[in-house]
Amino acid sequence: MEILYSAMALFLLLTLVAGLWRVLRGPTAADRMLAAQLFGTTAVACVLLLAQAIDSPPLRDVALVLALLAAVTAVAFVRRAWLPVDQNHVAD
Amino acid sequence: METVTLLQSAFDLVLGVALLWLVWQALASPDLFRAIVLFIASGLLMALVWVRLDAPDIALAEAAIGAGLTGALLLVALARLESGNETKISHKNDNEVEAPGVAEKRVPFRWLLVTLLLFLAVGLGYAVLSLPAQSPGLSDYVTQNIKISGVSNPVTAVLLNFRGYDTLLEMAVLLLALLGVWSLSAATEQREASPGPVLDMLSRLLVPLLILVAGYLLWAGAHAPGGAFQAGAVLGAAGVLLLLTGWRPGASFSGLPLRITLVMGLGVFIAVGIVLMLTGRRLLEYPASFAGMLILLIEAAATLSIGITLAALFLGSRPGTGANR
Amino acid sequence: MSLTEILTFILLTAGALFFLAGTVGLLRFPDVYTRLHALTKADNVGLGLVVAGLALQAESWAAAGKLLLIWVLVLLAGASVAHLVAVAARQRGIKAWKQ
Repeated sequence: MEILYSAMALFLLLTLVAGLWRVLRGPTAADRMLAAQLFGTTAVACVLLLAQAIDSPPLRDVALVLALLAAVTAVAFVRRAWLPVDQNHVAD
Repeated sequence: METVTLLQSAFDLVLGVALLWLVWQALASPDLFRAIVLFIASGLLMALVWVRLDAPDIALAEAAIGAGLTGALLLVALARLESGNETKISHKNDNEVEAPGVAEKRVPFRWLLVTLLLFLAVGLGYAVLSLPAQSPGLSDYVTQNIKISGVSNPVTAVLLNFRGYDTLLEMAVLLLALLGVWSLSAATEQREASPGPVLDMLSRLLVPLLILVAGYLLWAGAHAPGGAFQAGAVLGAAGVLLLLTGWRPGASFSGLPLRITLVMGLGVFIAVGIVLMLTGRRLLEYPASFAGMLILLIEAAATLSIGITLAALFLGSRPGTGANR
Repeated sequence: MSLTEILTFILLTAGALFFLAGTVGLLRFPDVYTRLHALTKADNVGLGLVVAGLALQAESWAAAGKLLLIWVLVLLAGASVAHLVAVAARQRGIKAWKQ
């Protein structure tokens, strides 16, 4: 079973790395922040898998805190950091 | 090599390379917003690194402070910078090219820097590689003395008991940081847009949950990964979320009660130390029978202070005490 | 392999596929709104399947409960944030992609 958990964690990490391209590309600020959200969820899944793989229940608390804080950061972005710049981007 | 070890080593390799690349991109990005998002992503990967290094306490702190709160702080700071300068956030400057004349003036300086950095990297690599493979450090001493420390989590024992003095000074540093930020400006009468129903509902559900998780981490810190800083950071996140919905502490709280809460962590720490010295012991030398209780007391006060300090740092300016409200 | 292990394998693999789909959507879809759509699929279903698979292997009911709590949290936060971002994007005049 540990093989499954470790392999899945590796797979998820690779999808996370692939998603980095969206952060670099943009074009809008929301795109970058969205990617960060996805990274947060992927990291939660990775930590949960690793917690099961090495049999360490406290790591689930790490996943919990990650999930909570990702939400707060996203709200901070929407409410404060996203300035009303005129962005009429139609496509990528 | 066993398949599991192979997979985990591959995981570590991808993680390390991705982290290095991310941090480089964050530093080299001409667009500040992009740099901040990359920084948040690198904070997430850093939390994964701590998980892989078998350090859940630090992973908790990194997840709460490094990825979450610092990211939010940086976003707000950027927003204030931008609104002050009336400049647009540029999203298209992916490949900024310097004028050739400017670049050439800097070339010799750059080569000097590169050489120095290379020396530093080689030196660090040599130092790391020459470390003994298994080096328990002081963990044996900690394990031997854990029973008189009052807690069973060795990290908390070190932070709050064996090296409690360091933690006391860290609390003072946090307070000083807040004083520094507060000395910059007083609160402006900024009207925040009203939260829509979605944000309202989200904050109503998340804030109590965050406070609950903070309390859980505080309690669990005695026997499992957790502790005052992690709990304080989660509590700070609750405060940040509240502030983002437009809530502000009432005028009656913003004066003395706020300041008392802020110094409470450091104050309780110092008070405990002084009382112990008055009873004939050294500073912060807890009697074994009371150690657990004292640690919990100090941690509780510290959690509250850290949480409110972080939220106050997020708010930025000194809150008004009623005169300018 | 026992039944729960087979079940866990299936659930985890399905979850991984959804995460992959979410990332591919994030990279390939043409505008913010569609990318949000892809992202929330990974959040909700992907993580849900992973959590379901792991909950089967959890060592106690409390542990499974914690896993479930994490999923519900991500569900709630993800959906709310997606809504907030979409509304804010509309307000800032980001147009939806039209064929």
